[in-house]
Amino acid sequence: MSFDVTAVRRQFPILSEIIDGRPIHYLDNGASAQTPLAVIDAVRTYETTSRANVLRGVHRLAERATEAYENARSEVARFLGVQPMEIIFTGGCTAAINLVAYSYGQLLKPGDRILLSELEHHSNIVPWQLLRQRSGIELDTLPVTADGRIDLGALPQRLTNKTRLVSLTHVSNVTGALLDVRAVVEAARAVGAKVMLDGAQRAPHGPLDLPALGIDFYAFAGHKAYGPNGIGVLWGRPELLEAMPPFHGGGSMIGRVTFAESTWAPPPRRFEAGTPPIGPAIGLGAACRWMGALDWSAAHDHEMALVQRLMDGLQEIGGTRLLGPASLQNRYPVVSFMLDGVHPHDVAQTLDGFGVAVRAGHHCAQPLMDRFDLDGTTRASMVPYNDNDDIDALLAGVRHAARTLR
Amino acid sequence: MSDQLYQERIVALAKAKTRAGKLASPTKSVRRDNPLCGDRVIIDVTLDGQGRITEIAHQVRGCLLCQASTSALASVAVGRDATGIADLRHDAERALGRESGEAREPFAAFVPVRDYKSRQECVLLPFDALKDALS
Repeated sequence: MSFDVTAVRRQFPILSEIIDGRPIHYLDNGASAQTPLAVIDAVRTYETTSRANVLRGVHRLAERATEAYENARSEVARFLGVQPMEIIFTGGCTAAINLVAYSYGQLLKPGDRILLSELEHHSNIVPWQLLRQRSGIELDTLPVTADGRIDLGALPQRLTNKTRLVSLTHVSNVTGALLDVRAVVEAARAVGAKVMLDGAQRAPHGPLDLPALGIDFYAFAGHKAYGPNGIGVLWGRPELLEAMPPFHGGGSMIGRVTFAESTWAPPPRRFEAGTPPIGPAIGLGAACRWMGALDWSAAHDHEMALVQRLMDGLQEIGGTRLLGPASLQNRYPVVSFMLDGVHPHDVAQTLDGFGVAVRAGHHCAQPLMDRFDLDGTTRASMVPYNDNDDIDALLAGVRHAARTLR
Repeated sequence: MSDQLYQERIVALAKAKTRAGKLASPTKSVRRDNPLCGDRVIIDVTLDGQGRITEIAHQVRGCLLCQASTSALASVAVGRDATGIADLRHDAERALGRESGEAREPFAAFVPVRDYKSRQECVLLPFDALKDALS
């Protein structure tokens, strides 16, 4: 089935911006995706017709705001294939992982172990290191294969009967590799460990069926999934959320407060202390609805055709090396590469001159850079609104950098 | 257009790699990382009894701007103490438009970086490293 990329692009006003006489070729979606009109309109509608705090007021605006906020929770739940009351709105994906590290971490004992991998973003490393400092847990790591996948062959050695949680990236923000979740869940279950996925790079590529994945926690960021900044999601199995103590204290998360003691609201309120990011949550709900309406089978084929075009084009330029799976199987549209003799930042700066936005550097994955002894990579990350012109502009820029900076 | 940034002089400074390498017996060796972009500079110095640099060498794992700046700094660092190096930093800051006045050579080469604020730390990283080495 053909994919009408022009129709998708029309929904993103920023893609018609001209900077210094050039169109934008936005290939930095892995850092932050652009926002469609459906999301902009949803936030604007809230701000102009329904702005008020949620859950507390009895006036009409408060009723409207609460309804829109809870509808957003339902949209996110539908997107993930779970129940609305299992959805916690957070400040972002990092905040969601920190929530689990703090609250689920409170249930762990010294000597308990958490298994990570060398492929993780810092946001799925540092919160666990902080937990280790607080409570004496131990961290283990899975190695990464030469083609940038988590080496699941090491699972039997790295999982122990002390492993309580396996927390891994669903899709790598550097290599695009998709995790074999089934294999991880099966191995984790065998030792009684829970499984958490960092879905920041997977969520922007279509609806999920979390119960079918068999995992226990899932986190993703709104701004990478066509939503506003300052919003993220944590999904957790209800029995786990129910057992977890609060992360932040304040309004909305309580049952009853006295100076002697306080009691906690049930999830998700227990984990949404204070006034939540209401507008961003409503925007994220609209983004999930927008994603839900897209034909992702066609969109994924389109994305992977862009990956192939990019990889083929890069390999025709002397001195380029790709970091990540060579195959299109079990991967998502993130392509990292190096241009020998030119630092990634200089490649990215050159590309900016061609109107091409990419990310360069360590991608908040320094252990992975150490694994491959790299200063960094240049990364192009695609979504359905990208087209062949974007890829061709990038390739022209890389050729220019190869000619002028070596 | 990025060619306005990567002008011939900056590229030439980077490629010159003036005093690139290691010292056999440095008085001090300091490593500085830019946590945002991952640029890394290691500077070795030997000092005389008055704290003046007698020898300097550097290893850079960083972008072209960081390489060029380190190379430029190494080319004029010998014979200077901490105050003298601070003077050179003022030149770099002037080139970047962070301080008023005209930058002296060789740092005038970095004037094109004025319009690229996110890249200015790349230029200043070796100054931070050398300041550490002299402190």
